[in-house]
Amino acid sequence: MRLEYFEMIDRVTILDRDAKRIEVSSTVPMESPVFEGHFPGHPLVPGVLLTETMAQASGYLVLGLMNFTHMPFLMGVDKARFRTFVGPGTVLTVTAQLEHEGSGYAVTKAKIAAEGKPICDAELRFRIMPFPEGMDGLMRAQARRIGLLTETA
Amino acid sequence: MSSTYETVAGIISETADIPREQITPESHAIDDLGIDSLAFLDIAFAIDKAFGIKLPLEQWTQEVNEGKAPAEEYFVLKNLVARIDALIAAKAA
Repeated sequence: MRLEYFEMIDRVTILDRDAKRIEVSSTVPMESPVFEGHFPGHPLVPGVLLTETMAQASGYLVLGLMNFTHMPFLMGVDKARFRTFVGPGTVLTVTAQLEHEGSGYAVTKAKIAAEGKPICDAELRFRIMPFPEGMDGLMRAQARRIGLLTETA
Repeated sequence: MSSTYETVAGIISETADIPREQITPESHAIDDLGIDSLAFLDIAFAIDKAFGIKLPLEQWTQEVNEGKAPAEEYFVLKNLVARIDALIAAKAA
């Protein structure tokens, strides 16, 4: 997990196409400039970055299920709940489930846990669009980095 | 009007925060009610869930953009409701 680069996912551990579910793991870094401000002397991962982590897991789920034909862009966050604090070094398990595949959009439910304890959850909506020019190759490279394309092979 | 219309009008009112009395069968979702494309996706999700269907929004948008169909055909509420009813009937068949 590199917070300042928005690389929130370390590794895809499960992509279940039949269940339309993904599980990924991420470890919060021990140090990050993010922690300098959030909060001074008391480092915590901001809720907005936990939301981004759930969105990225959901996004890779949609990408994998659609075989990288279209790009999901986050368009809505509903029912977000942040149940406990997340500090440096925490190992996160992020899961996302496809709840609805609409025409041009998708809805997921995602959650993050650490050592089996729930940290946060939300319902996320994505607009599904053609890849902006040149983006699909870069997204595939990102997916290879986290093991998604291996999982889908 | 039909129960489909009442359900759709209620969804639009709640999702787009539009007073129910402003919504009529003749209302154009975009031109009259000011619903943008993002809000319409929220409405589509609620409609999909309520009726167990999948509104073919991408196909409709493409047809409108290519001039094959006027936007009114899909986005005036009475026409939208007729298409929803057709999708419900097709699902049941």
